[in-house]
Amino acid sequence: MIIDLSLILVMGVLYAVGVYLVLDRSMTRVLLGLMLMTNATNILILHAGGPAGLAPFYSKETAASDYSDPLPQALILTAIVISCAVTALFLGIIYRSWLLSKADEITDDAEDIRVAEQDAFDKEEDAAAGVESSEFDGDEETREREYQQEEEKRRKLQTSMQPQVARKGE
Amino acid sequence: MNITQLAPLCVIILFAAAAITFISKRDAVQRRIAFAAVTLTLIFEALLLASVWDAEPQAVHLGGWQAPFGIVMVVDQLSALMLLVSSTISLAVLVFATGQNLQDEDDEVPISVFYPTYLLLLGGVSNAFLAGDLFNLYVGFEILLMASYVLIMMNANTPRIRAGVTYVVVSVVSSMLFLTALGFIYASVGTVNMADLSLKLATLPVGTQMQLHLMLLIAFGIKAAVFPLSLWLPDSYPTAPAPVTAVFAGLLTKVGVYAIIRTETLLFPDGDLSTLLGVVACLTLLVGILGALAQGDIKRLLSFILISHIGYMIWGISLSNELGLTTVVFYIAHHILIQTGLFMVVGLIERRAGSTNTRRLGGLIKIAPVLALLYFIPAMNSGGIPPFSGFIGKVGLLQATVERGTTLAYVTAGVGLLASLLTLLALVRVWNKAFWRPAKEAEEPISALVMAEHSDDPAHYESKPIPVSMMASTVSLVVLGALITVFAGPLFHLADRASDNLFEPDRYIRSVFGDQAPTRAQYLEDYQASQEDQ
Repeated sequence: MIIDLSLILVMGVLYAVGVYLVLDRSMTRVLLGLMLMTNATNILILHAGGPAGLAPFYSKETAASDYSDPLPQALILTAIVISCAVTALFLGIIYRSWLLSKADEITDDAEDIRVAEQDAFDKEEDAAAGVESSEFDGDEETREREYQQEEEKRRKLQTSMQPQVARKGE
Repeated sequence: MNITQLAPLCVIILFAAAAITFISKRDAVQRRIAFAAVTLTLIFEALLLASVWDAEPQAVHLGGWQAPFGIVMVVDQLSALMLLVSSTISLAVLVFATGQNLQDEDDEVPISVFYPTYLLLLGGVSNAFLAGDLFNLYVGFEILLMASYVLIMMNANTPRIRAGVTYVVVSVVSSMLFLTALGFIYASVGTVNMADLSLKLATLPVGTQMQLHLMLLIAFGIKAAVFPLSLWLPDSYPTAPAPVTAVFAGLLTKVGVYAIIRTETLLFPDGDLSTLLGVVACLTLLVGILGALAQGDIKRLLSFILISHIGYMIWGISLSNELGLTTVVFYIAHHILIQTGLFMVVGLIERRAGSTNTRRLGGLIKIAPVLALLYFIPAMNSGGIPPFSGFIGKVGLLQATVERGTTLAYVTAGVGLLASLLTLLALVRVWNKAFWRPAKEAEEPISALVMAEHSDDPAHYESKPIPVSMMASTVSLVVLGALITVFAGPLFHLADRASDNLFEPDRYIRSVFGDQAPTRAQYLEDYQASQEDQ
């Protein structure tokens, strides 16, 4: 297979610069990186068709081997359309991000940071187990007293919530 | 005429409907068109599945152009089953989404975007499942990805932009890898038709085969969220609107798994990467589930469980025997339904309680007893409790492991069982925290929940209403997920037929090139003979 060294070099440089830019936090640079990488891939597919030949319009006089391979060109065309759509969408995202937060940077996920910093101790599962009690334990007086305490707690909680409900009702 | 010859309709109906929805900006009109299109596709796909139930693969030559020059679509049991299951959940999610949109009545939301984009997403998925041409598969992927970029950033706020950018960049890079692999494949064998590739890739030197094989696996591995290529998923899915997360979690990763199955069985049936796949499956299972255990947010937790369970599918593929593949097909169908159902339930919890963070939730069993039940059933199913389908899938995988009998397979089986146990732990923790404990014991209790729990009638707690359509679609998916257990027999039969055909790539080639097509062995022999002549 005959390949064009200059094109291969261009392709390599595009890939390298593209990868470098994609790793940046600035969204505009990431977009530029993606565009460069797409074009590098297009050059790669162009190579896949072999050496350049005549335009692939059928005529009886031309031997089949003289034509360029039309399929890679069709593939590249499709890839270009797709990358055009992606670029347009990404520009939209960058604009929206600028409107929302005046920033072009990709920030860390807040939930990610929270999970990473959380304590290994889980209040629900790792706390010392409380003493189990049952209403069948103890005598009737104790049960009655415990019930009253529970009721008291419940009433307090409800009254402390009352003002919010009143405000909602207005 | 055979009904399989109409298979492209699965794609065309959805794309046409997506175009038609633009005639009106009115929600009601768009909704009806979307419903009609998805229902029609669903019915058609059911007929399609019935027609290939026991048959060999069937090829459709688009525009009458003969393969390998024209584009072909191939319908076999695997693709027909995937189509049917994906349409089923997309119909349910569509019903769910309309309920949410209608109830919120938010004028700010550009509703006119949702329906066409959703239809395009489904069309892209269908196209990927039917593609008999590697470049058409790429186009299918791109269509579904473009639509998903828009959906994941619907009504964009700052967190959604952040999540969306991660998703878009990772997806574009994976597509680029796929395209690069396509370029290499075309350069080495001069065709992109999958049946033709199956014949010709085997004639390449082993090293070249391995390189192409690995490139495809990496590209599809990113889409399927296989560890270590899965890190993007839990960062991007949970922030999207609930119906979008549900359909993404169910469908998009499975399209990647589908492509991996095709790569392993059709393109490189001789290339033995089962050791690599086995190790990757172990890591995916383990890392995914350990990630899930650390999460407080239910949506993120489910996203990690999703990754972990992709590991089960890769485990099945890595066994490279027929029973393993049969179970994978069964497991994919099970997993799509269960995972979508779980995400929809979480969407309902978010509506009812105002949060999906287990640090804040509590007491939901009193406030929303129906939701508790709806969560419990798929959760147990996902954890692999008998008699649910998750259990059946895992038993199948274990049997296939014994059949395979290598040390790595047994190790993977051990990790798989551990992951199953930990899945149960993670899901039961959510159950304990969100549903069972009193609301006031939460770390950051929601006062409205605490009050409702102590009121006389907790079930009449004031919240965003849950419309009938949202409830009905969730219930029907949960019931459907449970019904897989009942219909596991026919489904396993179908999966068995599917893997039978997958293990005979010659049938696939015959369907595309006609009966006089050479078998792979013959082609390789002829090729080697002609090389020796020169």
